[in-house]
Amino acid sequence: MSKITKMSGRGIYVQGNDIDTDRIIPARYLKCVTFDELGPALFYDERFHDSGESKGHVLDMPQFQGAEFIISDANFGCGSSREHAPQAIQKFGFKAVIAESFAEIFHGNCTTLGIPCLIMAKDARSALADLVQDNPQEEMFFDIETMQIIMLNQTFDFTMKESVREAFLSASYDPLDELMQNAEAVSLVAARLA
Amino acid sequence: MGNNLYQKIWENHVVGQLASGQFQLFIGLHLIHEVTSPQAFGMLRDKGLRVAYAERTFATVDHIIPTTDQSRPLKDDMAEKMIQVLSDASSDNGIEFFAPNSGRQGIVHVVGPELGLTQPGMTICCGDSHTSTHGAFGCIALGIGTSQVRDVLASQTLAMDPLKVRRIRIEGSLSAGVTAKDVTLHIIRTLGVNGGVGYAYEYAGEVIEAMSMEERMTVCNMSIEGGARCGYICPDDVTIEYLRGRERVPVGKEFEAAAEKWLSYRSDADAAFDDEILIQGDSIQPTVTWGVTPGQAISITELVPDPEAVSGLDRNLISDALAYMQLQANQPIDGVRIDVAFLGSCTNGRLSDFKEVAEYIKGRKVAGHVRALAVPGSEQVDLEARQLGLPEIFEAAGFEWRLPGCSMCLAMNPDKLVGDQVCASSSNRNFIGRQGSSTGRTILMSPAMVAAAAIEGKVSDVRTTFNLGTVK
Repeated sequence: MSKITKMSGRGIYVQGNDIDTDRIIPARYLKCVTFDELGPALFYDERFHDSGESKGHVLDMPQFQGAEFIISDANFGCGSSREHAPQAIQKFGFKAVIAESFAEIFHGNCTTLGIPCLIMAKDARSALADLVQDNPQEEMFFDIETMQIIMLNQTFDFTMKESVREAFLSASYDPLDELMQNAEAVSLVAARLA
Repeated sequence: MGNNLYQKIWENHVVGQLASGQFQLFIGLHLIHEVTSPQAFGMLRDKGLRVAYAERTFATVDHIIPTTDQSRPLKDDMAEKMIQVLSDASSDNGIEFFAPNSGRQGIVHVVGPELGLTQPGMTICCGDSHTSTHGAFGCIALGIGTSQVRDVLASQTLAMDPLKVRRIRIEGSLSAGVTAKDVTLHIIRTLGVNGGVGYAYEYAGEVIEAMSMEERMTVCNMSIEGGARCGYICPDDVTIEYLRGRERVPVGKEFEAAAEKWLSYRSDADAAFDDEILIQGDSIQPTVTWGVTPGQAISITELVPDPEAVSGLDRNLISDALAYMQLQANQPIDGVRIDVAFLGSCTNGRLSDFKEVAEYIKGRKVAGHVRALAVPGSEQVDLEARQLGLPEIFEAAGFEWRLPGCSMCLAMNPDKLVGDQVCASSSNRNFIGRQGSSTGRTILMSPAMVAAAAIEGKVSDVRTTFNLGTVK
């Protein structure tokens, strides 16, 4: 685990409020015992007809191939706790998600996997989505220290929960090692609650 | 100023603060299942770690288990593998596994409470968002992802930020035909599917106090659909009487001592809340969804919304949902033809749900074009239903009585909608494609309303179908 401070890459706008984890990854792809194969299943039913024919989803448009940041609207990732959803996002090649708000379990899952969820006010988020739509080949840069995204000389402010921001900046977003260090204190609580 | 129950349980379980500013929270009970947990055991193996508190961890299978033939090996190779991986990991780590045909298998959120594993004042985790169900007993019950399942297996703790608490008081009483499911759909409709982000919901008031534990579980179950991280109800005598005699609770004097402690887990009379909402029980009608989120809900007497009446993205959301559901703006939801009726799930798959529906369908017949499934939430629910002769009543009415599992709530097993079928469902999510067909359509409603829809062959007002009195 290394610090996550700055990232750069191209964006893609996946429109919609309340994009749920069933849409991000349909339940039939949860039939697996590892997360390795989940990338191609991302947004599968949004992208393909039952016949396998493409629906022409934005994820499959040539100009957005290689995009690394998903931009969406409000309440992204609502629904189930399935970590398969952020795993599919990451394995497809995305590094961060930008939205007006996130469902909490999804947000927590992303953080642990090192996928920053950047929270942006509606107007700015909407302007950024427009900019990406019009300039699919242009990169954006974000900095968790300054909490700003820069694209084509325009600056967009975002927010993060302070503990999440700190976790990325201090390379502690996967908390397991730290949780394991406190085993003795944990055993005292366990004994008290027995 | 006193403390609310969330604060009390939190204080009681905090181990310490982490470098990020988050807190390390001890987890009293960890429930695991075959879909989100096998990968966590792989992660443990990769790190050379073992399960720290196996005696606080219980496993069962629910999501992928077929509800017709559960004989092993399962016909679906991957489903069989998932069960086998969980079963092997459980025995390797000394975790009790409630296997099919053990008498204890079932939907994880049905099994925990009915065995008495779920007890007031606990922190509870499971790799499933509907873990909020257990909050009905006065617990902080959290759905978690697989990496967090790994954290809890390895350390029995989670890294967490404290939540704000919103008290939702529902006062007065409910009208005939209005149930716990209608209460929760009404709350979500009122506050929105993301209205609860950042919050734990404390449900209180006369309507909640008058509910059975099974009804309380229905309300807490759907907390997550309203965006809340968890939901809970302060324990009372109803809680204690539900737990008395359960397999995994103490007996005799020890039970009385435990009960006294459990009853102490309550919000203080002068507790502060970050937000407070008041809903009058008699304002709630039988409620059904018309769209593709649980918040897109209306009472049975209302018309489907008109996108032209709103602006911006809201207009798109409504028109997209109407297009998917093949509904017209301003049409009544009452009368929409259904193809499938599904009674089951962690929301409404408990004994009281089947008893209630049996009363309604006794001597009646499911409409000829409707496929109706009744799926008990656990082997124990199935057993108790059989002792009451419920499967016979359901089958005589034209329902299929199935074996226990999550079934068509999320359709990971063979129980799926076909094409654009419409399902009247007692489950918790009406997301696009949720019930196993990418064009399938789900209308969420109470078990009583599923009964009415099954009999009439269309979405119907339970009060009219079963003559429950005046429709407001």
